[in-house]
Amino acid sequence: MKIYLKIWRQKSPKDKGRFEMYPLDGVSPEMSFLEMLDYLNKTLIKEGKEPVVFESDCREGICGTCGLYINGRPHGNLRKTTTCELYMREFADGETITVEPWRAGAFPVVKDLVVDRHAFEKIMQAGGFITVNAGAAPDANTIPIPRDSFDKAFEAATCIGCGACVAACKNASAMLFVAAKVSHLALLPQGKPEAARRAKAMVAKMDELGFGSCTNTGACEAECPKGISIANIARLNREFLKANLKE
Amino acid sequence: MNKLFASSIGRKLLVALSGMFLILFLVVHLSINLLLIFDDSGALFNKGAHFMATNPMVGVMEPLLAVGFVVHIMYATIVTIRNYRARPNGYLKNLPSANSSWESRNMFVLGGIILFFLILHLNHFFVKMKFTGDPLLTTVIIDGVAMKNSYLLVSSLFKENFWYSIGYMIWAVFLGFHLVHGFWSAFQTVGLNNEVWIQRLQNVSIIYATIIAAGFCIIPLYFIIFF
Ligand code: HEM
Ligand code: SF4
Ligand code: FES
Repeated sequence: MKIYLKIWRQKSPKDKGRFEMYPLDGVSPEMSFLEMLDYLNKTLIKEGKEPVVFESDCREGICGTCGLYINGRPHGNLRKTTTCELYMREFADGETITVEPWRAGAFPVVKDLVVDRHAFEKIMQAGGFITVNAGAAPDANTIPIPRDSFDKAFEAATCIGCGACVAACKNASAMLFVAAKVSHLALLPQGKPEAARRAKAMVAKMDELGFGSCTNTGACEAECPKGISIANIARLNREFLKANLKE
Repeated sequence: MNKLFASSIGRKLLVALSGMFLILFLVVHLSINLLLIFDDSGALFNKGAHFMATNPMVGVMEPLLAVGFVVHIMYATIVTIRNYRARPNGYLKNLPSANSSWESRNMFVLGGIILFFLILHLNHFFVKMKFTGDPLLTTVIIDGVAMKNSYLLVSSLFKENFWYSIGYMIWAVFLGFHLVHGFWSAFQTVGLNNEVWIQRLQNVSIIYATIIAAGFCIIPLYFIIFF
């Protein structure tokens, strides 16, 4: 198939950037979106042009580095899918595909399609952990955990930190990410003692870094490749308010 | 506490709490207004309006309501501006309708429309009833009690000003859209939500918003059709 790629090119964080059109022939429907970009880059290198910079690592939907805004949606048009799990069969022959980096004040563009997502690391460093040394994996069932809490904590823990929630949100809010991290630990006995401090520290960091606030549009949940529920945001609000009422 | 209301969640909390208060107020307001269509002599509505004008509880609630509106509008505006600034560069191609509802993305626009009509509305009724008076606000005696003929003022406007009635109905529909999202969103913001209740609260939102919008629409419709 032949496609037309409209891709954001930006040389450096300071460069103004612009869109460029790349017609690409010989694309196979079996290629993943990233393989298609690899193929484009090969073609560009052959022509002596600068390849398009994008991020990827695992290419199996677990690392969260490959986020791209494709045709107006994070990770493309499929639900619960990362860009690396998206295949060219989702696109029509002759289609123009617009590819943009995540857009958020807290995620500045580094180059082309790569954004700096250190803001997420900083939020994690502010409190997304437990301070005791947990040691090696404990024997199963030494700490009894209710099934319901376990399931919810596990679901929250599947967040891969890709940033699609921020990219999709009209407010560039990081609430779903923070909610997933706070919920994951607040639901488990090991995380409970520090739950209040954690919620406050992570929310404060999130605000400081310039993410917007949540207006419950639900865009994050709809676009999250792991389908993290906005029920976690209600839990974060609860944890945060509880923490503030305590002091 | 100061710190709480300077945080993103704290600011939203104020929008949600004031919004919930306004939600309750709308129920009371609509109930009184509906008295307009159940008695064409106007006695029922006049008694309702007289009760609202003289009851000490209402006297306490009135300034609280004003505070509620001010807090809601002020913090909603702050939140909206800050959220707008969180994305300095937008997308070339964006399909938000694929992941979120129109009303959830346009709460500020909807709020602005509500506010515009609110000011018009206060000007037409509240200011005249409370302060300036109006030739139509004659005194009537109902059950031996002298009171203002609010019914005459309100019903005349609906009967005689067709475009005001149409505008009123459009306003009610916009208010309904604000509430379809606002109702459940407020519960989410104060943390009273979970995996199961999200869907339930969204259903209640639709029911509540429909009752409010339809309820406010029925009144001008009644006067347009029957008078
Ligand atoms: C009787 C009138 C009104 C009622 C019952 C009402 C109710 C609500 C409720 C319940 C919410 C949800 C709060 C949350 O998401 O946590 C909300 C949000 C909002 N309201 Fe109102 N509202 C009214 C009037 C207004 C007016 C006059 C404005 C004018 C600017 C306004 C602007 C907003 C905005 C911008 C939001 C969204 C805030 C956000 O994005 O988080 N509302 N409203
Ligand atoms: S919550 Fe979902 S969309 Fe957001 S970072 Fe985690 S996995 Fe990505
Ligand atoms: S490359 Fe790891 S999730 Fe896509």
